[in-house]
Amino acid sequence: MSIATLLSDRRAVLLLGLLAVLVVAPLGAGDYLLSILITILLQAYLGMAWNVMMGFAGQFSLGHALYVGLGAYAGGALFVHFGTPPLIGAIAGMVISAAAGAVIGALGFRFKVMGVYFALLTIAFAEFTRILFDHWGWVNASSGLFLPVSNRVTNDVWMLRGSATMFYYVILGMAVLAFAFSRSLLRRRIGYYWQAIREDQDAADALGIDVFRLKMIAVIVSASMTSLGGLFIAFYNNNLYPESIFSMHRSIELMLGTIIGGIGTLFGPILGAAVLTVLGEGLTVAGNAIGIDGIKQIAYGICLLAILILKPGGLWPWLRHRLGLDGGGR
Amino acid sequence: MTVAQPITTPMLAVEDIGKSFRGLRAVNAVSFHVPRGDIVALIGPNGAGKTTTFNLIAGALPPSEGRILLDGHDITGLGQARICRAGIGRTFQIVKPFAGLTVEENVMVGALRHDDGDVEKARAGANEILRLLELGDKASHPAQSLTLPDRKRLEVARALATRPKLLLLDEVMAGLRPVECDRMVAILTALNQETGLTILLIEHVMRAVMALSDHVVVLHHGEKIAEGTPAEVTRHPKVLECYLGEEHE
Amino acid sequence: MDATFFLNVTSGGLLTGLVYGLMALGLSVIFGVMRVVNFAHGDMMVLAMYTAFLLFTKLGIEPVPALPLVAGILFVFGYLLQRFLINRFLGVSEHIQFLLLLSIAIIITNVMMMVFGPDARSIQLDASFESYSIGPLVLDKVRVIAAVAAGGVALLLGAFFRYTTTGTAIRACADNPVGARVVGLDVENLYAVTFGIGAACVGAAGCLLVLLVDVHPNLSSDYTLLGFIIVILGGLGSLGGALLGGILVGLSEALSGALIEPSLKSMFSFGLLILVLLLRPHGILGKKP
Repeated sequence: MSIATLLSDRRAVLLLGLLAVLVVAPLGAGDYLLSILITILLQAYLGMAWNVMMGFAGQFSLGHALYVGLGAYAGGALFVHFGTPPLIGAIAGMVISAAAGAVIGALGFRFKVMGVYFALLTIAFAEFTRILFDHWGWVNASSGLFLPVSNRVTNDVWMLRGSATMFYYVILGMAVLAFAFSRSLLRRRIGYYWQAIREDQDAADALGIDVFRLKMIAVIVSASMTSLGGLFIAFYNNNLYPESIFSMHRSIELMLGTIIGGIGTLFGPILGAAVLTVLGEGLTVAGNAIGIDGIKQIAYGICLLAILILKPGGLWPWLRHRLGLDGGGR
Repeated sequence: MTVAQPITTPMLAVEDIGKSFRGLRAVNAVSFHVPRGDIVALIGPNGAGKTTTFNLIAGALPPSEGRILLDGHDITGLGQARICRAGIGRTFQIVKPFAGLTVEENVMVGALRHDDGDVEKARAGANEILRLLELGDKASHPAQSLTLPDRKRLEVARALATRPKLLLLDEVMAGLRPVECDRMVAILTALNQETGLTILLIEHVMRAVMALSDHVVVLHHGEKIAEGTPAEVTRHPKVLECYLGEEHE
Repeated sequence: MDATFFLNVTSGGLLTGLVYGLMALGLSVIFGVMRVVNFAHGDMMVLAMYTAFLLFTKLGIEPVPALPLVAGILFVFGYLLQRFLINRFLGVSEHIQFLLLLSIAIIITNVMMMVFGPDARSIQLDASFESYSIGPLVLDKVRVIAAVAAGGVALLLGAFFRYTTTGTAIRACADNPVGARVVGLDVENLYAVTFGIGAACVGAAGCLLVLLVDVHPNLSSDYTLLGFIIVILGGLGSLGGALLGGILVGLSEALSGALIEPSLKSMFSFGLLILVLLLRPHGILGKKP
């Protein structure tokens, strides 16, 4: 694609503009703003990973915290015990998560556990694993695993030890790669096959598509991508508790942005993550000002409800239409 | 029952297939052949077991007994996806479009199995088939926006995109107005004559059956009661009895 | 292991399980008729427990006599929720429904957080320390009362669906909503009644459970999960299955808690769930959809 055609594509221009802003953002952002941007990008990344399975292939997982936790613990525990570089830990985490996804997928899809039942099966596995880790001494059980924070002065990307700015660029890179990867998946045969399965599994089957195999690939790809997000959380937070990393709340938080933003779309997870993070922060500030416990969460629930009633298809498809960016992609 | 062996292998040979649902016989010892390059119609009153027979051939259901041969190869009980890959394309009586995809993308899904999954080739192929079925101008519409006649055509287009040796059409004329029905007949006749595509169809619209088929198989209560040319079966006493004795069309 | 101890643990689990079963009945009824998975079930449960707590502390009504009142309050709550909100979202994709009920759950739980604060509250009755002895078997009086009441409500519900006109009409809606509309049933209203009944079951169960456990707002997601485990074990949409699932989970919790390690008890429930889903994807008493 030449520069001229790229510039004539408004979507590409907007995307590149957004990317340029994100690249220079740390220059002008203070610590607070930077931490919010990191949260948005992390949620967007995890949302994109979940979107592969649910948005593209139509397989409802409510237990993605499982893969977050496995990725976080694989990278974190190897680092704590053996000083293993996170890149190696990442591979270990991806392999373990892919294996876990494959087991759940194989059991669920072979035994025809579908829809809601499948979603509940994924929760069951996540909760099961959470309690298992709560009692596993090697990862310090429920007391939590702490990553040594000896080096916050210089940036060591290889060992993922460094400043918030370094973490910002790491998660920005991950989000950009996830976006590009999702986009390329959607434009290949596998993307069309997944969407066919999502829309009507029986019709997809009748067109000669190996439905079981494709659903398995979706789970495995989504699980591996998610585990990398978990690794980032481990090294960014420096502490890991089974209670929070595997929690159902995380599974829910991870998919909310994508549902709000527009499931199955490429930009939906990013928009949704931004909207929900900003909403959450704004309500926290407002809630603190009012000073009543729980009011923030109530307002959050009401906002979710409002978006759902007004824009059930998600914010991005609507915004895309308003911006005149329809046509061609999703 | 002995079936006269034709000299060339038929495209489809159905041999004594049967299917029971919890003891209820839906299809009982049905046998027939679909010769290469022919159009064969499967007719019968409601509840005769036509769609069940179709589902057995297409692999949506495993037969309780009997054998099904496609081009001489046993495909009995292979499952829908593998049977499609073996060369049978099918449509559904209750249409199943991929509602969230465009018309073009619907057909591309069928075409992507060929040319190593080359998306652009599949797109070109899909558009060719869409033009053939007079859906070319609706390629970029979402499938859920189509009217029923167009959805029926989309079903045919999608099945054709898999490049089948044998096309199974389940009541693609139902719900079409006479003009639309004639157009579909013309399209199918052209496909059959130009590409030599073999077609097996279930149809209630007798006009279409008469115009299209070389050979007609009549089912009643899950059993074959007659077969022959369209003219022959319409004179067959058993056929007259079952059609006139019960609900007529 | 002492046989008497084992017997007592088993019977205690069985009795608690019946109350769990009653809670899950509500979930099962709602799913069976509307195909809605109530992700706010645990939140409604905690709402019911707080309602019982309020009636006891403010008006001095003990939970068991308060049961019809709490069930009635929850019925109205459920009816209005379905009538004015959830009815608009029937037949939409699973993830939209999920988000809808999740939003409702967030609002319910945090309203309670706002009103009651995060601390655990409990109800102590005179009966709390009494027990029945049958030979070596010692049964807590409140547990027996709770279980008997749970069984009674379940029987009433079964009779309602089988013998009353409204119950039959609801079953017709579950079987074939289009057909029900064609024959002139007010499907929207019947759906609202159904959600009300489901909520009333939760109300009754909440009244009884508040006798056995301390209530705090963060219990809600635990009870939602517990409800899911139970109905899937027994078979979503099956009334008998919900009770059976409740008993199984009650037993598994009691036994693994007493014999192995209390903090592992929910792991055994989840393990049981995974096993059942794989062996019988539609639950022990469930039918294929």
